[in-house]
Amino acid sequence: MKSNFIERTLASLLSASEYAAAAESVASSGGTLQRVDPRVKVAGLFGLILVVAASRGLRSIGAVFGVAVLLALLSRVPLSRLAGWVWMPVMFFTGTIAAPAIFLTPGEAMASLGPISITEQGLHSAAFLISRAETAATLSALLVLTTPWPWVLKALRTFRLPAVLVVILGMTYRYVFVILETARDMFESRKSRTVGVLEPADRRRLSAAAAGVLLGKSLQLSGEVHLAMQSRGFRGEVHVMHDFRARAADWCWLGGFASTAALALWAGAV
Amino acid sequence: MHIPDGYLSPSTCAGLCAASAPFWYVSLRRMKRALHTRLVPLLSVFAAFSFIVMMFNLPLPGGTTGHAVGVGVAAIVLGPAASILAISTALTIQAIFFGDGGITAIGANCFNMAIIGSLAAWGVYRFISGRAPIESPRRVMAAACAGYLAINVSALAAAVEFGIQPWLFHDASGAPLYAPYPLRIAIPAMMIGHLTVAGLAELVISAGVVAYLQRADPGLLRATAPGAACEASTAGWRSTKPLWIALAVLMVLTPLGILAAGSAWGEWSSEDFTSASARAEIAAASGNVAAPLVPPAGMQRLASFWTAPMPRYAPPFLKSASFGYLLSGVAGTGLTILVFLFAGWILNRQ
Repeated sequence: MKSNFIERTLASLLSASEYAAAAESVASSGGTLQRVDPRVKVAGLFGLILVVAASRGLRSIGAVFGVAVLLALLSRVPLSRLAGWVWMPVMFFTGTIAAPAIFLTPGEAMASLGPISITEQGLHSAAFLISRAETAATLSALLVLTTPWPWVLKALRTFRLPAVLVVILGMTYRYVFVILETARDMFESRKSRTVGVLEPADRRRLSAAAAGVLLGKSLQLSGEVHLAMQSRGFRGEVHVMHDFRARAADWCWLGGFASTAALALWAGAV
Repeated sequence: MHIPDGYLSPSTCAGLCAASAPFWYVSLRRMKRALHTRLVPLLSVFAAFSFIVMMFNLPLPGGTTGHAVGVGVAAIVLGPAASILAISTALTIQAIFFGDGGITAIGANCFNMAIIGSLAAWGVYRFISGRAPIESPRRVMAAACAGYLAINVSALAAAVEFGIQPWLFHDASGAPLYAPYPLRIAIPAMMIGHLTVAGLAELVISAGVVAYLQRADPGLLRATAPGAACEASTAGWRSTKPLWIALAVLMVLTPLGILAAGSAWGEWSSEDFTSASARAEIAAASGNVAAPLVPPAGMQRLASFWTAPMPRYAPPFLKSASFGYLLSGVAGTGLTILVFLFAGWILNRQ
């Protein structure tokens, strides 16, 4: 079928579910990072992401990328999955944006390709963009692939994020999958009833109606969830339990993260 | 539109995060006050809905497809405060969990899409839709414009953020450290894609959802349309209110008609042809041409065909000419309204 948007939408919905399921499975495997206190991981990996963003040296960014790959290997995160989920999409997206910069950035010409020339500054600029994007995306993927989402949220609460926001983030994540399931069912049932090719206007009407139905169902669901919360004693006050206990190993990890970040920052600034 | 890590400098990200903070704070306070215990479930589920809508593959005119942010729908259904929080939540989960958009750029992405987008969509929707009834096609057009403009204003903000990076952040050799293109390249490059594909995707989803809700669940559109008429009858009353007031004033002023001397030209009765004073008036009003001495035969014959209950606006049972005139006006107006109400009732039954 020409431009089968139902199948494409189904594919995006499915890939989100698959990613979440795979992330959960990797997070529950007994790798190195999985055993580290989530607060240390959140602080350490966020810190490294900030260092990557602030660094002015390609070598230091490359070194942090190396550390990220090493951590992935130690945490039993398959590199093939990391490549499929993170490296390839980032390279495709950022590479497309960065490639013209090689020619468009003014500077010293290194090579000529007919009327256009590759500049040293352009190459540097493209390398900065791609390396920063790849390294930061790898580090944030490591956090999610080695930590269950509720623990990430609890760790964020430690860093003074308001409790109500933490609860909203947690509930949103949970209901993403409920609504995702509903949307998938809606599109699958529509696909099973569709014979032949839909006209473009019908396709648009179908998408908008699907979004409208999903909106109505979501608001109805929020009402039901609200009643369920109230029946369990919810009166608007939000409390998040803290049950993390840092061990000596966690403090060592924190020290390791801090040293790596400081070293990369120093190397990047030189 | 989702800015990844590495495109903006840490100081730009921090600045945009700081710029977003007051909007988050005010929105959260407003929503807490308005929703109280409903805040958490409503925002959570709506943020989840926005997240899923961003995954919809929308067929666009021209045969291509695109993804919408859903900011138009969120602002139109929930209002700007809830939209800011719901879209920000969806963007945060996208960035942290799904790697769509950078962690350091969460503040920037929320500023561009959730804050600027929501406020632009809400403002444009309210401005164009005005007080139009909920079922009005004008609201669909307003939603289309709101979605299209919101996403383009957000894209323009992102383009400006990209465009100032090479100017502000570069190394000693002049190589840009973050987004490499200046404003003259960043703005057209960003806007071409959004004015065509992404803008159309947002237009399709915003207009389509509003059109669908008008038919299926108009109640969902009422929260952000306080001035909209709920039903056609209410709309009719509101729009014709000044006319009813004017009609009442005119009715009270009807006795002024007595001040005019004589009869209107051509509105003579058969008795006027035999009355000396009336004949003089007819002659004066007709260029001194005298009226016939006897009334025309046809007029005489038809004059007795129907006797009005209030002849010459002077009911025979009233002595006061002024009050009789006023009563005639009220009765005539009332009868006219009754006739039209009856006609409307017949038409509605059909």
